[in-house]
Formats: sequence, structure tokens, C-alpha cells
Amino acid sequence: MRRRATSIFIWMALLVAAGWIVAHARFTADLSAFLPALPSPAQRALVDELREGVASRLILIDIDGGDRAQLALLSQGLATRLRANPAFTSVNNGRAASSESDQRFIFSHRYLLSEQVTAEHFTSAGLRAAISESIDSMASPAGFMARDLLRADPTGETLQVLAQLSPDSGPRSEGGVWVSADGSEALLVAQTRAAGGDTNGQEHAVGIIADEFGRLRASTMPAASTIRLRMTGPGVFAVRARGTIVHEAIRLSMLSSLLIATLLLMTYRSVRTLALGLLPVFSGALVGAAAVAMGFGVIHGVTLGFGVTLIGESVDYSIYLLIQARRGPAGSAAATWIASYWPTVRLGLLTSLCGFASLLPSAFPGLAQLGLYSMAGLLAAAAVTRFVLPALLPAQWAARPLSGLGLWLARGIDRLQRYRQLLWLLPLLATGVVYAHRDRLWSHDLAALSPVSAADQQFDARLRSNLGAPDVSDLIVISAADTERALGAAEAAGARLNGLVQSGELAGFDTPTRYLPSLALQRQRREALPTEAVLRDRLRAALEGLPLQATRLEPFVAAVEQARTDALVDPSALAGTSLASGVDALLAQRGDRVVALLPLHAPAVGAHPFAIDAARVTAALGEAPPGVSIAVLDLKHESDALYADYQKEAIRLSLLGLGVIVLLLLVALRSATRVVRVIAPLILAVLVVSAALILSRQQLTILHLIGLLLIVAVGSNYALFFDRRHPAADADERSTTLASLFIANLATVLGFGVLAFSTVPVLSALGMTVAPGAFAALIFSALMARPVAPS
Amino acid sequence: MAQLRQRQHGHVAFTELYISSVLDRPLASSGELFYDAPDRLEKRTTLPRPERMVLEKGQLTFERRHKQYHMALADVPQAAPFIEGIRATLAGDRPALERVFRISFDNSPDQWTLRLTPLDSHVAAEVAVVKIDGSSDVIKTVTVQMVNGDRSVTTLGAVLDP
Repeated sequence: MRRRATSIFIWMALLVAAGWIVAHARFTADLSAFLPALPSPAQRALVDELREGVASRLILIDIDGGDRAQLALLSQGLATRLRANPAFTSVNNGRAASSESDQRFIFSHRYLLSEQVTAEHFTSAGLRAAISESIDSMASPAGFMARDLLRADPTGETLQVLAQLSPDSGPRSEGGVWVSADGSEALLVAQTRAAGGDTNGQEHAVGIIADEFGRLRASTMPAASTIRLRMTGPGVFAVRARGTIVHEAIRLSMLSSLLIATLLLMTYRSVRTLALGLLPVFSGALVGAAAVAMGFGVIHGVTLGFGVTLIGESVDYSIYLLIQARRGPAGSAAATWIASYWPTVRLGLLTSLCGFASLLPSAFPGLAQLGLYSMAGLLAAAAVTRFVLPALLPAQWAARPLSGLGLWLARGIDRLQRYRQLLWLLPLLATGVVYAHRDRLWSHDLAALSPVSAADQQFDARLRSNLGAPDVSDLIVISAADTERALGAAEAAGARLNGLVQSGELAGFDTPTRYLPSLALQRQRREALPTEAVLRDRLRAALEGLPLQATRLEPFVAAVEQARTDALVDPSALAGTSLASGVDALLAQRGDRVVALLPLHAPAVGAHPFAIDAARVTAALGEAPPGVSIAVLDLKHESDALYADYQKEAIRLSLLGLGVIVLLLLVALRSATRVVRVIAPLILAVLVVSAALILSRQQLTILHLIGLLLIVAVGSNYALFFDRRHPAADADERSTTLASLFIANLATVLGFGVLAFSTVPVLSALGMTVAPGAFAALIFSALMARPVAPS
Repeated sequence: MAQLRQRQHGHVAFTELYISSVLDRPLASSGELFYDAPDRLEKRTTLPRPERMVLEKGQLTFERRHKQYHMALADVPQAAPFIEGIRATLAGDRPALERVFRISFDNSPDQWTLRLTPLDSHVAAEVAVVKIDGSSDVIKTVTVQMVNGDRSVTTLGAVLDP
């Protein structure tokens, strides 16, 4: 009695603790859970950038369904409201937005920022060339700026800096706001304060945009109900994915709980037994989530969705107890069950744990979570079945006999076993199918794992192309000890890249030094400026024959003199200008290193259109200075390589898991023949399911592979029961065991089967592999078991 | 206006003088103008430096030294009077003119003058008046008088290919 009370007390205490942990856990759906921790520092910088960098903070906004004046009005109104909100660090909706402060900044720092500023530029000849150019451009219809600037900036430095900063292709602008190519949509870009990986922060920002837009439309144009706002971007995807996953996790859990509960109610014909049978399941789910929260600090939405399968798998233990337990020599029904069946269940549990444990070392944080969740959940469910349920069952309780179902199953199996020789055909056929498709087995696209729908990805791509943000596929990553060294190395690389641009190898490149030159280069430019007396001399010679009097250029002389002693521009000086966001996007502190990114643009024409030869770029860049690392990244190549690494890892882990399971069975069963008899039906199930997936034109991903491993981990439970049954076993025990296995298997198939209908690719891949696989494992185990001599 | 609207294509030579208070003498430039009704206008400058400007459906493209700049006409108030003035006059698009200018029209038997005063205060701070002189369906000169005293006079000349 004391022991009963103790186990119930420990169980309750654990549940309360687990409940408290889960209630305080952080949930995420950050897509980078499916990006691995990468080995090289350059790749590391890249993934950090994807996860935390400026690109991850961008929310692209699209307003459509109204006329152009309405769209412009809403765009301006929304931008004004969002700029006032602390959740956003910047909001851009058109060139006019920040141009005034930008232009003031550029004008007053033009001699430090302009790439034209060299000593030659300020010789008489240099001045003459630059001033003639400015005068000529005054007559142009685009010459209005040159006209306004002529007296203070006759060498055209302000226009040079603007040209430096203007992207090769920007969004179309109309009525002062950005619009889509056909002008029917207004476009805005908001940068959130929260990092892209902070899904709660992103959700908050997305909510603010939707609310502000709703209020703005209601107050300014209440009749315009066709006008709508749509958003996209990494953060928006994460928020949406989390919504989908959480929604599906709840929906699918409820559906599978309902299905399994119905099945069990039909089996037990007792609400109390049903309630007891579900206790291990809910304990397992709670303990699993708590273990993940403790182990990883955060619970991924996919893990939660996976809880669905745990319902079907962990309910097996209580099914065995509640169907198999009969009163016997050991006393109560529960005690008898523990004596005769528990060792088999325990061995099954151990094989399942080995299977899931092989996910733990995965570089996929998402997969590692699934492994830990399942291990903790199964362990808890089995422990509750073994220690708590017997304490809660009434002393006189015994399982309701299911001899009818059991006998029916036994007859069916006996009949089918007559054809068991035909089973040999299955591995041949399945292997044939796999072999015939060996070149097209695997999906090579990392995106196959993405929970973002194809429609959302298309909308994102369209908005990005409208905003003129080209897809960066190649970039140079420079890492150095501090900002000055990183910028210096970026300038050196830029000088070499200019050579490649001239030879047509590159169409162009971006570099943070266009926005923020290194202090050394600024100093060099400042020193290139002549003294006032020298400048006046040179101007006199330079203006010879030009229609401009030196006296008109007093503002220029004063500005140069001022610039000679001006403070250099550091990152803090850029605050409040749109130059700062340019620098933020391309220059970042990562741990104790500063990383500069130089995206490369492939030429649209030439020998290799739309392609960049990374090896030639690397060769052109030459040796990196000491303490600086320079890497040329080809993102497409890297992501393909990444996926290949994943696949290798998944295959390695799956084989390792299989190996550990075989080893465990060898130790426990102490007979190679028995191990073969347990494993063979499982391998057959794996082969048949693989062939079926291939024939139904599924491209296999890593998740299918993991699913195949789970077939072995889960199916071993059934196979072990068939191994346990020795020929002398009585017919009643055989039929009871068959009935319990059938019900347990049905519950597992329901749990995973429901998952197959998920819209989240990760979950549906697991579901569609494990559900049929578990069923096949049971059937094959039954058919391949030693036939029973007719009694 | 109605006569102007008949025209579908135009291709003429132009010479332009820019008279600035800052400069000692006028700047001369020349090239060709192309027009396709109702909303495409191209100004191809050949001297002193090659330059191309295209207005198409409200979008402006400048091409200079192999670099292109795109912008909406609406976003360049300083350039709008000259460009939109010519475009809308050629198209006989009176409503478009009236959206951005106050219009006065003098018509004598062999010559007409259209005086366009910008309505927008930003534009009016820069551009005092655009004066377009012509006879029947031909524009002869376009004069843009800036507030600061600068002035550009564009003379449309020989008709090139039809």
C-alpha cells in the first residue's frame, strides 16, 4: 500500500513540475531550426546573418485594391504611423521618405564619401574636367540638381555619392511612394527592432502593421473595402508557420485523440478503463515537452506537432496492460501482467528509445528535439503504465476478454501463413523498385522541408522582384577583428572586384564601404584636399575658357577648407539616415569579429550569363591580410552541399540507430536466430514502404528516412511479442496477445496516419512513412512468426 | 489643342539654350526629339555630351555615361514642367495640363502662345512659367523661366523622318 502511495505521489509531483516548465516555456517556429550549425566561420556568419541580420528583420508590405491616390495616401499614412512605433527601426515607402536628412548628410560629408576624391581630382586638370562636366549637365533636363549645387559643389561630389548609393535597380515610384511594376500596388519595407528569430517579437510587429492599417483605412476611407494589405518576409513566414503548426498540432492531436479514444472505448467498453488508459499518454506528452524545454530552452512548433504521434505510440503500453492482464499465480491481474509481459514491453521500449536516441546528435535542432521529446515521452508513458496504473486499478480488476477478436485474428493469420512462401517475392519486388529509381530517390532541395506554402513563396518572390531586391546567390564574406580592419579589407577587395567588373566577369557588387569608408580611406581623401591658397590658384587655371567666374565659387572654396578639418564619419554619425540601414545590412558584429558582406551581381550577358565563377573571384581577391578571413560563398552551392551533408548525416544516424537496436536485441535475446526473426519483418516493412512511397511519386526527404528508422523502432515492439510466444503457449494467451497487438497497432497507425494529412511537410512525411510502415511491420511479424501447431 | 491631338508621331531636331545667372554665357545643346501619341516623349541630346531622356507612361528614364536612372515624373517636380508641358501640349491633353498648370492661351491668326504657370507650390518655388509658342499643329519654342532668373529656350526645328 505504501509503495502504491509513493508511486502516485512521485507521479503527481513530476506532472506538476512538468506542467510548470511547459507553462513557462518559449515556443518558436523559427525556420532556422532546420538550418544546421555549420562548420566554417564564413558559413557561420552567413547563417547568423540569415537568422539575426537585417534581411531577417525585413517585413515587405503590399497594399492593393484601390486607386493610385488612395494607395499613395495609405502608404504615406501607414509609414508615418509605423515610424512612430518603437517596434520598427525604419520604414521605407519611397525615395522621398528619408531623402531630406540623407541629402543633408551626403552634402555635408561629400568629400569624405565620394569615391572620386583623390589628389589628381583636385589638380587644375582634374578640377577643369569635373567642373566642365557639371556645367554641361546643367543644360540637361536632369540637370536641376547640378544647377542648384554648382556654386558649392562644382566638382559634382554630391551627385557622385548619390550615384554610388543608388542601387542598380530600385522599385518604381509614383506619387512619392513605391509601387509595383504595373502601378496597382503600393510597396513598403519595414525593418523590425526584433530579430528574425524572435518569433514573438515578429508576431507583435506583424500585429501592429495589421492593426494600424485597419485603423487607418477605417478612418480615412471607410468605404474602400476592397483595399487590402499583405505582408511577407522571413519573420512573417515564421509567425505564419508557427500559427499553422500550432493550429495543426492542436487540430490533429484532437482528431487522433478522438479516434484513439473511440477505438479504446469500443475495446474496453468502460469509460473508467479508457480514462486510466489515457493517463500514461498525457503524462508522456507533458514530460516530453518539459524535457525539450529544459534541454533546448525553447520548444519548436514541429516538436509539438510530433506529440500527435506520441499519443498513438505511447498508448500502446497501457493497451497491453489493459487487454492482456489476467488474474494468475502472482496475485492481481496487474501483478501477473508485470511478471509475464512487462519484460517484453520493456525490451520494446528500449529498442524504441535506441531508435529515437539516434536523432539526438543531429545537427538539425528540430530533429534533435523530436528525439528527446519522444524518448522522455515514451519513458514516462511506460513508467506510468508499469508503476502508476497498477496502483490505480481496483484490486479485483481484470481485463475484459477479447477472445472473439483474438480468435478471428488467429484464424486469419493461420490462413495467411499458408501463403508465407510468397513473402519472399516482396523484398525482391521492393528492392527492384528502389533500384530502378535509384537516381531519382531523393529530393535535393532544402526548400522541400520548408513549412512555407508555395503560394506564399511566390508572393514573396514577386514582391522582392518589384522592390528590386535581387536574389543574392553569391557573396564575399570578410571577417576581421574590428570595423576598421573589416572595412579596409572590403576596400581592398572592392578595388580588385572593380577589375572583374571592367572585364565583364561581374555586373557589379555592393559593399559597406560605399556607405561607410574606412577611417584610413577617409583620412586619405581628406589629405587629398588642397589648402585654400593652392585651391584658389588651381581654380584660376582650371576655369580658363569656361563660362564660370572663380568668384562664383566662393562657397566651394569655403566647403573644401571646412572639409580639411572636419571630423571623420563613423557608424554613429550615420544614425538617422538611410545610409545606416545600408551599413547594417552589410556590416555586422558577430561575437568578437566584425563581418562585412559584399553581394556580387552576375552579368546578364557575356560568356557566362547569370553565373559567377567563384574560383576566379577567389583568385582575383588574392591573399587575405593577416588576421582577416575572406571567403567567396555561392549560396546555391552551399545550400546544396548543406542538404547533401544532412542526407549523409541522416543515413549515418539511421544506420547507427539500426545497429544499436540489433546490438540491444542480441544482448537481450542471446540468439542470433531470434534477432533475425525479430528484425527481418521490420526490414521487409521498410523496403515495402520505401517502394510504395517511390511508386506514389514522393520525392524522399530526410524526414522520410527518419520515418523509416521509426518503423524499426516502433515495429520492434510487435515483432518482440511474436518472438516471445513459444509453441507451448495456450491458445487463449495467443488470441489475447494478438488482439492487444492489433488494437495497439491500430492506435499507432491512427496517430501517425492523422499526421500524414498535415500541411507541414516535415510532419506529413513522417506520417505517411510510419503509419503504413507500422501496420506492415505487424502483419509481416505475424506472418513470419513460427507457425503454431494446430491444437 | 484639337489640331495638336491629330498628330500621332513626331521627330524633330532641337537646339536649346540655357541661360544662367551663374554662367557668363548661355549653354547650348542640341539633338532630336521623338514623340509617340499620347504618352511617349524622348529627348536625345547629342551635343555637348550624349544623353537620353525618355518619358513613357509617367516614368522617366535618364541615360548618361552608360548609367540609367529611373524615376516617376511626379517625383521630379523640377523637371516636370518642361517635360510634361511639351508632352501634354503635343498630345492636346488639356486636362493633364490643367492638373499641373494654370493655363492662358493667346491665339493670333498665324501663331499661338500657351503660358503655363505651375500650380504646385514646390514647383512654383522653382519654375515661374513655361511658355510654348507654335503655329497651327507645330510647336516652335518652349521657354522655361526659373524663379532664380535662369531660363532655358528650346527651339524645335526641321522635321526629320515622318
